[in-house]
Amino acid sequence: MIDSVDIAQENPDASQPWAELGLKQDEYESIKQILGRRPTSSELAMYSVMWSEHCSYKSSKVHLRQFGEKAPKTDILLVGIGENAGVVDIGAGWAVTFKVESHNHPSYVEPYQGAATGVGGIVRDIISMGARPIAVMDPLRFGPADAPDTRRVLPGVVAGIGGYGNCLGLPNIGGELVFDESYAGNPLVNALCVGSMKHEDIHLASAKGVGNLVVLYGARTGGDGIGGVSVLASETFDADGPAKRPSVQVGDPFMEKLLIEATLEVLHAGLVEGIQDLGGAGISCATSELASNGEGGMHVYLDRVLLRDASLSPEEILMSESQERMCAVVTPEKIDDFMALCKKWDVEAVVIGEVTDTGRLVIEWHGEIIVDVPPRSVAHDGPVYERPFHRPSWQDALQADTPTAQRLARPSTPEELKQTLLDLISSPNLASKSWVTSQYDRYVMGNTILAQPEDAGMIRVDEESGLGVAISTDCNSRFAKLDPYAGAQLALVESYRNISVAGAKPLAVTNCLNFGSPEDPEVMWQFSQATTGLADGCRELGIPVTGGNVSFYNQTGDIAINPTPVVGVLGVIDDVDRRTPMAWEDDGDLIYILGDTFDEFAGSEWAHLRGHLGGLPPKVNFAQERLLSEIMVAASRDGMITAAHDVSDGGVGVAITEMALRANTGARFWIPDNIDPFVFLFAESTARAIAVIARTEELRFTEMCAARGLSATRFGVVDSGLGIDSGYPGEQVIVIDSLFTFTVGELREAHEATLPALFGG
Amino acid sequence: MDARIGVVTFPGSLDDADAARAIRIAGATPVALWHGDADLHNVDAVVLPGGFSYGDYLRCGAIAKFAPVMSLIIEKAQVGLPVLGICNGFQILCESHLLPGALTRNDHQHFICRDQKLRIESTETLWTRDFSPGQEIVIPLKNGEGGYVASEVTLDELFAENRVVATYLGGNPNGSYRDIAGISNKAGNVVGLMPHPEHAVEALTGPTTDGIPFFTSVLKSLVGAS
Amino acid sequence: MARVVVNVALKPEILDPQGRAVQGALGRLGLTGVSDVRQGKQFIIDLDGALEGERAEVMQKLAGELLSNPVIEDFTLTVEN
Repeated sequence: MIDSVDIAQENPDASQPWAELGLKQDEYESIKQILGRRPTSSELAMYSVMWSEHCSYKSSKVHLRQFGEKAPKTDILLVGIGENAGVVDIGAGWAVTFKVESHNHPSYVEPYQGAATGVGGIVRDIISMGARPIAVMDPLRFGPADAPDTRRVLPGVVAGIGGYGNCLGLPNIGGELVFDESYAGNPLVNALCVGSMKHEDIHLASAKGVGNLVVLYGARTGGDGIGGVSVLASETFDADGPAKRPSVQVGDPFMEKLLIEATLEVLHAGLVEGIQDLGGAGISCATSELASNGEGGMHVYLDRVLLRDASLSPEEILMSESQERMCAVVTPEKIDDFMALCKKWDVEAVVIGEVTDTGRLVIEWHGEIIVDVPPRSVAHDGPVYERPFHRPSWQDALQADTPTAQRLARPSTPEELKQTLLDLISSPNLASKSWVTSQYDRYVMGNTILAQPEDAGMIRVDEESGLGVAISTDCNSRFAKLDPYAGAQLALVESYRNISVAGAKPLAVTNCLNFGSPEDPEVMWQFSQATTGLADGCRELGIPVTGGNVSFYNQTGDIAINPTPVVGVLGVIDDVDRRTPMAWEDDGDLIYILGDTFDEFAGSEWAHLRGHLGGLPPKVNFAQERLLSEIMVAASRDGMITAAHDVSDGGVGVAITEMALRANTGARFWIPDNIDPFVFLFAESTARAIAVIARTEELRFTEMCAARGLSATRFGVVDSGLGIDSGYPGEQVIVIDSLFTFTVGELREAHEATLPALFGG
Repeated sequence: MDARIGVVTFPGSLDDADAARAIRIAGATPVALWHGDADLHNVDAVVLPGGFSYGDYLRCGAIAKFAPVMSLIIEKAQVGLPVLGICNGFQILCESHLLPGALTRNDHQHFICRDQKLRIESTETLWTRDFSPGQEIVIPLKNGEGGYVASEVTLDELFAENRVVATYLGGNPNGSYRDIAGISNKAGNVVGLMPHPEHAVEALTGPTTDGIPFFTSVLKSLVGAS
Repeated sequence: MARVVVNVALKPEILDPQGRAVQGALGRLGLTGVSDVRQGKQFIIDLDGALEGERAEVMQKLAGELLSNPVIEDFTLTVEN
């Protein structure tokens, strides 16, 4: 006996499982108020998924508003926050859309499918804007590298990302791999996708035109992930394991590939009025969002949905998170052409409803009305919480515990400094990520200009003109724990700097905010600080947030993860031929350090290896970052610079090692005057980069830096012939002043051995 | 008149656009061929590109071999049409029995993407004439099912008849028997290659431009024929 | 009604890395004395009517050409009527 609207009106006091579905009492009461009666079980299912934290952003909305309120004035934003993804004008009639999202909890439960479907979801967000996806990136965070649980989760996640992304034909051009105690039990799997299109291709998720048809196309609907959204994203894992283990979504990348091609063809053929992908909350989300963005009404015949499993109830169909499905709004005149294109690609499609002007979303099941709601109440006007927050009691003590030389013994002898560099470049966080990245296709589509281990990923968008985009994602969660406001800004400036160092001008920002439980006032304080820091930082740098994602409840019991506001910056480069790679080449080229180094070790990789976390993170200097960025972009454009690298984790010592390994060529360095070697080599001050300049360009470059007020200190020279004099004939060698020497070979061995030793050859 | 080289798109093909670009760079005109269309549109040669045709369902390349366009390609290949199968294309050629042997899962079980050193063993085929014998090149390799296997008898025959087109250098990346990276049929017009020459045609995007000669080689044979 | 079950496995001389990985896992999880593991595929095909005559020949042929790759795989075919 189906629980229809009529029955709900007749049985107002029937007891309903709102708590099991993840709703709170006051939310349930609020639904009854909105409808003027109790909800049907189908309506209850819809509200429970759409009002979950993951879908409604109820705890984060009040803080995320700042991204809009403080947005810097800019004319490059074609579509702003609120749509599936932001769209940015990159010139010459081209636009780019990009976004990063999380799939954290599913990846802990089922690593391969959790990560795979995370890629699938973000790719569908991008195509629903009308763009062809052109690249993916994956910021990944796990517990300690040698923990058994990490061994269980990491290989599956990497295989899932590769398995799905490679099959879609999307080059994986970057990401992050971070190991930290804080993520034990709560790995973070964030997925980013970039897409390109011409301005005229932009499409929005709205259902306009009364009488237009609503088409569901793609994979059939089954029992995947039912309750996943409301249950997984709104519950933490308790110490004994996940409290609930609902069916996890299973992805089919081949179907998604067909979906991409079919969708792009129908979009380019002008057959679509509005389009939406089905992600968290499936049909509930797609129909309510399309309806509330359009004329305001929709009539759906749920029994027309093509099913994989005929035993599904209407509630389950509405909540299903089966992958690889999209929803389009098509005029009656164009529906035949639309269907024909779907058939060409072997993609099933069915008309499930039509647009109305009633202001209601009405869903029928075999002639009975089972849903009759105002769509805005489901999709947009969900509960908004002002969660209480307060600064943690331990914050002051943590910030006071600066790793001074007295507090934490520092290496000083040449042997100790040498060992420190070796320890850093072989540590799991800084070691070569090849074990992971060689499982991803970086070449497909033939437009990859830069990929890991370069500072940013860079993709050529227009083969004729060389117009391209660069993207980077970054976050140092230790900095964010020490000071969430500064930590978010530090993530922003690092990403901004990475883009600039590659020669691209930063344009826009996306973010994936991974935090613990919003019901914990200390976590909520971290969240409010981080969002404020990020919004303020974007205003300083003049680049807007175009969209992003919030993932709450990343905690086990009472222990939340470090606040992890991952920031992605996208930049544009007029001609990818001008990009700046990180490897030096020619003997005699001079190596400069740009920017200033201070005694700043709080939250550093060095301190992390010593088991210390305390103090205030490195100072942010927006004026310096803007200056450095302008100089790096100008130098790249004018051909002044041969190679460059951002200085961040592990400081200058690690940066020059990474450059030497990439170049497979030696160099000689000297420590600048008036600075302690340990500080120079390993401090993590901001707004610094290493630039390699040909002798013929040196004067032009140094004059530009002097004129603009950027410190530029020569501290090295490329030299492939150092082997003989340093006792390693035939080898490439790095000489650090009179302190120590390494062969590139031994650095490579230490750098490349770590991950294979941990996760299998 | 430029030579016309067809590139087949199956559902799930991924490197078709890249193959088309390589053909253009080599100086020929790429022609898009649809799997469901039993018509080769008078092309002078055909490339079966890389990807995951039909999602690699059943076996890699197993379903593609039944596509309408394939029956025509098999027919023409048997009378001299030059055909280059790259990666998934190589798998399809083996499943179609235009080439002997089969491709299996990489022995280490992972998908691997790397810049692979190869030695060109045979410059007699229509697709490798522009190389010099023994030439060492670097082109990208990216696959999960790249292990070439065949019976000892077949392997001996391939080497004896100079039909091993390329071998892996600097370590075997996937468990292929006798380090075989590519082979040809007896007539030398059909070549299967695991690595991807179409990703090494531009200095900007590839590790080298060592892939170009695969595409220029076939043009020479077409000019010669006409 | 006939049910045809076709089991496909790699020929013994072909390296089966998946089978080997499973063998390792079985050992690690406490099953001693595993001498070999081969991983294969099973196709379960339900047909109207009995499988006989020419139709049985077609089934046999397809098992050997479509469902398995004779270069590297063997198959067995059983029928339940």
